[in-house]
Parts: sequence; C-alpha cells; structure tokens
Amino acid sequence: MPSLSGPLHDPAADAGWQESQPRKGFFTDTSVCIGCKACEVACKEWNGVPDDGFNLLGSSYDNTGSLSASTWRHVAFIEQPRTPAGNTVSLGMPSTVKPGEAMSPDSATDFRWLMSSDVCKHCTHAGCLDVCPTGSLFRTEFGTVVVQEDICNGCGYCVPACPFGVIDRRVGEQGTKNVGIAQKCTLCYDRLGAGKTPACAQACPTESIQFGDLDELRERAAARVEALHSQGVGSARLYGDSPDDGVGGAGAFFLLLDEPEVYGLPPDPVVPTRDLTQMWRHAAMAAAGLLAGAVAAFLGGRG
Amino acid sequence: MSQHGAELAAEGRADQPVQSQDGIRDRRRRIGKRRRDEHQMVPDAVFTSYYGRPVVKASPWEADIPAYLFLGGLAAGSSLLGAGAGLTGRPVLRRAGRISALTAISVSFAALVHDLGRPSRFVNMLRVAKPTSPMSVGTWILTVYGPLAGAAGAAELLTPLAGRLPCSVRPPIRLLGRLAGPAGLGAAVVAPAVASYTAVLLTHTSTPTWSSARKHLPFVFVGSAAAASGGLGMLLAPVSEAGPARRLALGGALLELGVERAMEASMGITAEPLHQGTGGVLMRASKTLTVLGAFGSLFGGRNRLAAALSGACLMAGSACTRFGIFEAGQASARDPKYTVVPQRQRIERGESAGA
Repeated sequence: MPSLSGPLHDPAADAGWQESQPRKGFFTDTSVCIGCKACEVACKEWNGVPDDGFNLLGSSYDNTGSLSASTWRHVAFIEQPRTPAGNTVSLGMPSTVKPGEAMSPDSATDFRWLMSSDVCKHCTHAGCLDVCPTGSLFRTEFGTVVVQEDICNGCGYCVPACPFGVIDRRVGEQGTKNVGIAQKCTLCYDRLGAGKTPACAQACPTESIQFGDLDELRERAAARVEALHSQGVGSARLYGDSPDDGVGGAGAFFLLLDEPEVYGLPPDPVVPTRDLTQMWRHAAMAAAGLLAGAVAAFLGGRG
Repeated sequence: MSQHGAELAAEGRADQPVQSQDGIRDRRRRIGKRRRDEHQMVPDAVFTSYYGRPVVKASPWEADIPAYLFLGGLAAGSSLLGAGAGLTGRPVLRRAGRISALTAISVSFAALVHDLGRPSRFVNMLRVAKPTSPMSVGTWILTVYGPLAGAAGAAELLTPLAGRLPCSVRPPIRLLGRLAGPAGLGAAVVAPAVASYTAVLLTHTSTPTWSSARKHLPFVFVGSAAAASGGLGMLLAPVSEAGPARRLALGGALLELGVERAMEASMGITAEPLHQGTGGVLMRASKTLTVLGAFGSLFGGRNRLAAALSGACLMAGSACTRFGIFEAGQASARDPKYTVVPQRQRIERGESAGA
C-alpha cells in the first residue's frame, strides 16, 4: 500500500512508477502577479475547457469566482486597506505621473491590491486520488495528479475529498465536453510529455507562474521570500512548499502576501487519508458491535 | 476602478484592526455562540474569507446518497434479523427480514447508479480495489452482500409461488429455497460492514462536519441501522415473534442517541450545522422520533398497533438522522467559517499539521 501521509520524496515512485521523471510543479509568486488572467485564457484554449458562464460577480476584477471543473486557473483579486508602511512592492503598474517623477504621498491610494492565480496543488498525498473508486485519477510519472476522462464515472467522491476545493464534476447541457465527470488541472500532462511548459506558465507575462522541477522551484521560492523580507515585505510567506504540511507538500505552491484564507485557501489543509486507519478501525468496531448486538437480541430476553 | 460597491474581500485579523473607510465594508464575521445573555459574553473569534466563498467544495451528491445511507442500514439490520429468525424458528420475522433486505438493497443499488454523473459507467467501480477509497471498499462489500441478500430474499418471494408456476421453473426455485439458509447467513455476516462503512464514506472527506465526526459516526450509523431494521421487524412481524426486533431496535436507538450526543460535544464549531437550517430540523426530528419509537417499543412493544407505530417512528427517525447528517455536512462545506476557524484554532494551539 502506498504511503498515506507525511513527507514523501518521490510520489511517482511511491505510486509504482519504475522510471519516474523529476517531480514537476508550479511556483506561483503572487507578489508579481498583475491580474492579467492570461493564465486563465491560455489554460482554457490549450485544454479545450468550456466556459463557466459569463457573470459579473461584484468581487473586484474576479468574475470567475473559484476553481471548478471548467476553471483550472483562477485569478483572485483582493482589495485591502493599506497595511503598515513599507509592506508593499512596486509592481511597476501604470500610474498617472510621468516616468521618473515621484508620486506625492497624498496621491497614493489608501488600499492595496492582492492578485493570485490559484490552481490545483498536485498534492504529495492527494485526497481526490485516494478516494477515487475507479482508478480514473492517477499519479503521473511527473508526480502530478490527473483524471482519465474515459474512466471517470462521475461518482463525485473526489469533490468533497479535496482539502482545497479544487476538483469538481462538470455540469452543463448534454453534449458538453466531459459533462458529468470530474475535471481539474492536469499540469498540462500532454505538454509535459512533449517536454513543453504548461500553457499557463508559458503565457504568464511576469513569471508569476514558474514551472519546473519541484526541488529547484523550492530553492528559488526560498530565495525569493528571503529577498522580499530583506526589502521589508515582512508579510511574504510560502504556502504549500513544506513536505511536512498536512498534504505532504504541494506540487504547486505559492508565495502569498497575506494569510492563506484571504485568498480563499485553507490555512492548515490536511488530506483526509491521514486518519484513514483510525476511521476503518472505528468502523470495524462499530460493525462488530452491531453483530454482537444482533446476537444478543436473539439470545437475551423472552419472546 | 471604483471601490464603491466593491466588497472588501479580506481584512485585518483580530490583531490588526480594520480601519473604517468610505466604501470599504468591514466583512469580518462573528463566530461562536450567539449571545443569549448580555452578561455572558463569549469572546468572538474573527475569521477572514475570500468574498465569503467556500474554501472546500460540497459534494455534488443529492438525495440518492442519504437515501442509500438509510436503506443500506435498513437492509443490513434486516439481514441480521432474517438470519437470526431463521435459526430460532421465527418464520414470519425471517421472511420479513429477508424480503426487506432484498428490497432495500435493490433500491440502494438504483440510487447509487442514479447518483453517478455517468451512470452507464458504473461498472468502472469494479476495475480496482482500493482500501483508501471507502467507495471502492463499499462497492466490493455490496458485491458480496447483494447476491447473498438477494438470493435469500428471492427464495422467500418465490417459494410460496412455486405451486402456481410451470413445472419447468420448480427445480430452480427448490434449489433457491435450499440455498436461502446459507445465503441468508452469509448476508448476515457481511451486513454489519454494509451498515458501518457508509460512515467512513462521509468522514473520509474534507467536509468539516463529516470529517470531525470521524470517531463517532460509525457507531451512530450502526445504531441507526439497528433502530430502523428493528422498527421494520416490529412493523411486519407479529409481537410473538418480534422480541429480537424490539431489543435490536431499542439497543440501536439508545446507541444512536447516546453516541450522537458525545459526537456533537467533540466537534466544536463544526457541530453548529447539526442545529441550524435543514440539517438542524432533520436532526431534531430524528431525536424526537427515535425517543418516541424507543419508548413505544419498550412499553407498548407487545401491543400490535403500538409496536407498528413505534417501528414506523424508529424508521423515520433513522431516515432523518441520515438526511440530517448529510445536509449538515453539505452546509458546513458551503460556509468557509467551518473550514477556516477549526484550522486557525489548530494553528493557534500549535497543533497544525505542519507544526
């Protein structure tokens, strides 16, 4: 049986791959995200993902809402009151002053914008994969987690299993591509096989989305967070990078500028499988209790 | 870029007070017990979310799944009663148990297939056997249990008709009749697993109210199964044969009520959806019906009418438990509070998964 929780260096080998590739992943550095949504568009185009409705949600520039069966990259927009001075990074955004001219302190906005491109975390211990009863969800040789669309029977179990609320069952009219089955980011499994960069990372104009070998991405992320701290951005922190977290570390991890829940991410995610042994033990005890109770009901008492 | 009307997505935490500003609304939400008494102020926790949107996703399951939870439990308990009645010479209870099990498990099967996004692919469940997937484990449990309970139930249905059927089908029916005993016993051995694995089906998720019930829910579910099937036995069998059904029902009702109480006490804030909304209504109905049924079976179980009414109450109570726990879980997934607050509390206690 594969490992159920805790740190694991090579999830592909753990899943039975004899010649696994280096584990691939994303490092999404939200401090340089400009909210252009090129990642959302590139993902839709490359993967042939249908639209998710055209709605105005009234949540800043976010009209996508959240990750879903038909949204595999989701850019979050958060407007915040300005936090204590020195806590922001200049993104080189267009402004109303001439280049080189300093902005007067009075004209500075009184709020800050956080933007972040969310994606499937490709967990080391993936709740969706663990509960899949058909084997449709599988671990690739790159250590990523992918749905085989011709196997999935749409049982929907992966949906509540995911601690990040990523995967979903596609809804839509009959005839919609892959309707009724579970869908999520594949980390562009087809492109990986051809030695290409996933579509979202390829399209990202600021290198907010970085793709590569996970080991290298982790080093790069650690250096980036250190650099930001030295520039006075104390709020910069990594999310999902630690192999000691509740999912054994994410294959797609993030640099955030505020608490995870501000971005709609769980602050302390845990794969449900961590407690699997305990749950089966309790279920077995309960089953034994029912059998004993039934025997007692026939043996005890009159009539 | 107007900030007017744009709701503020996220704001300062408790230690970082939000400045009240024009056009920016403070969307901090208060949690914890509602103030019942001005003097008894519970310090409110504060949590942040992304526009109040859910963090985890609620299951896409509909009424099929809680209906299956109920019917699976009913079938399991009925198989136990049927087998016991067969061994102790209670023919009416035996027949009722076996036919109930067959009916309940057949409807369960239909509900489970209907719930799939691609019902035509239900056989894909048989591609793998995965202990990490309660649904896979359940599929295999039902694959063993279904035919056994089916054979025992079919024998009870067909044997009385044998005389009226053409000669050619009588030998297979006689064979079925001879297999009914062993098949019914086999079904009874697997039945407890049918009743208890469904708890793991719910608790092995990131749905807050289900997940935090993981230590207790299997006991609530087997109690509920015993109460429902005992109740059905009381409804269908004469009081002279229904003694074991009464005892099973009473024991199940007490187990369910007692463990459910302990479960709620252990769940912290994630117990709230069991008291609010649809889940709350169903759980209150469940408790009332189960208590009524338990009293009825204890004091009126030897009266045919009282026994039947009590049995019906217990069955309805069990159904309300399953639907109530299902609905409470769905509600807990839709509100980010139940995901964020327990995780924050864990971090503050130094018990985070990464600590």
